[in-house]
Amino acid sequence: MRADRPRSAAKAGLAPSGRSAKPVGRPGPGRRRQWSGLWFVLPALLLYGGLILYPAARTINLSLWRWDGVNQATWRGWANYVDVALDPILRGSILHAGLLIVFFSLIPVGLGLVWASLLTRRRIRGLAWFRLVFFLPQILPLVAVGVIWRWALAPQGLINQVLGWFGLDQGRAWLGEWDYALIAIGLIGAWVQSGLCMMLFMAGCGRIDRELYEAVRLDGAGPWREFWAVTWPGLRSEVGLALTVTVIAALASFDIVFVTTNGSPGHRTDVPGLLIYQRLVAGDLGHAAALAVVLSGLVLLAALATSRLSRSGEER
Amino acid sequence: MRTSRAEGAASYLVLIAMALGVLTPLLGLVLAAFHPPGAHVSGLSWPERFSWGNLATAWREGHFASLMGASLTVCLIVVPLTVVLASLAGYGLGGLRTPGRGGLGLVFLLGMTLPIEVVIVPLYRDLRDLHLTDSLITLSLVEAAAFLPFGVYWMRRTFASLPAELVEQALLDGAGPWQRLRWIEWPLARPAVATLAVLYFMWAWNQFLLVVTLISDPNRRTAPAGLGFFVAPHSTDLPLLSAASLIVIGPIVAVYLIFQRQFVAGLLAGASR
Repeated sequence: MRADRPRSAAKAGLAPSGRSAKPVGRPGPGRRRQWSGLWFVLPALLLYGGLILYPAARTINLSLWRWDGVNQATWRGWANYVDVALDPILRGSILHAGLLIVFFSLIPVGLGLVWASLLTRRRIRGLAWFRLVFFLPQILPLVAVGVIWRWALAPQGLINQVLGWFGLDQGRAWLGEWDYALIAIGLIGAWVQSGLCMMLFMAGCGRIDRELYEAVRLDGAGPWREFWAVTWPGLRSEVGLALTVTVIAALASFDIVFVTTNGSPGHRTDVPGLLIYQRLVAGDLGHAAALAVVLSGLVLLAALATSRLSRSGEER
Repeated sequence: MRTSRAEGAASYLVLIAMALGVLTPLLGLVLAAFHPPGAHVSGLSWPERFSWGNLATAWREGHFASLMGASLTVCLIVVPLTVVLASLAGYGLGGLRTPGRGGLGLVFLLGMTLPIEVVIVPLYRDLRDLHLTDSLITLSLVEAAAFLPFGVYWMRRTFASLPAELVEQALLDGAGPWQRLRWIEWPLARPAVATLAVLYFMWAWNQFLLVVTLISDPNRRTAPAGLGFFVAPHSTDLPLLSAASLIVIGPIVAVYLIFQRQFVAGLLAGASR
């Protein structure tokens, strides 16, 4: 095969680049269509189409039937969707996912913005170390994150210990309490997502022209004005990206809830992912499928809405 | 940059406080794992005597030998398969003038917003009918399919941003699409490929929902799935549970420490889909 190598590949790399470069996202040389390109795409398309797109389409179909997976399925039309909208447990799971957005997305984005704007105002020593630590929750399996926080939120756990230093420890089992369980799960999500948001925003701040900061400071602006005049407009697209990723994580959460509460107490911490799994295993495929379709619709809507924000940021 | 001294101190204070906030729960887990078996660990507490036995007990009782083997098998199938397929497709969509590449790109883009939940219902049912469940190969193929859209997007962007002069030169030399990919574009894209491989390893290692729906035999699942079902029966033995968690997060943390640069690049880019 070596003989096939275009001999001047190395030379080409050294070619003077003074020439005006072709616009990126190149149209490529040769105006001809390259049908052979389809062969390159085909393997990925087959795997993805067969194991993701086709099943997703089948989920839509299954959502219109009552089926236990074994016996004859019976047609239900939209009835499963009506149940998703009206059944307190099914509908509740969607409302819970909505509340989780506050903790998985809004809090991390808010905290990330504050921290990033604090930290980019000066050179930070040991930034690489901090980065290493802040990303750590992102790489851990969420199941393990769940185990860590089961302990931390237990009556004898870390959170109550810290509260105890301030005389606030009441020995609560945070994950077992009717009023606090879902919020406790939300805080776990905030712990996972905050570092990512902060690092995204710091990377974004690095791309903001330093002279803009100098300029507003010469105008006598304080940190507050500086943030709204320079940092926020400069970070619009990063905020959009962070929202996209974290909102999807909030809506489609499963692992953490499965390990920490599994929906208890009562149905207070049910989320769509958990109910889809439970109904599936219990042989209620119609409702599982309908809930999955609704969930996907919500995720798609959220992705479209937040990517809009990031795109309008790029047009600045 | 002119900022006040006090402000600088405040920045470090915030950073250190946040770092502690991230690390303390983890540290608590590590310390809990070394308490005597069955001990009631309250809060963050230093064990009087480090007992290593929990790790061995968790390894045995959780069947982690086979779980870790399964995890490794899945990673060894998923990572090369997805990297190669995503590179090929990314090249077809971003490096060549393939007809219909815009529409195909959108089809893959759609996959990045589909939650796993939307495919598990028919997969759980249909693959069972075909006797394809309870197989690590099936699981790996489904994971690969689920991870592909991001990789295709990532590699498409990489290939599309390579300098056009190189490609023109290769074309003048009469290189076909395949030679160009093999000898010019793929070597140039290597850093992006490394980042993708590291991300894929992490996703394959951490995947949970697909594993528990596609593999019903608890002992043939992957390590995180095994941990998920280790929790309920051992929920009162915190040291044992912590030790099991350490076993599961050990490999991924090791990979993270070795490939930090790729992880940071990948996580930041992974977010900027």
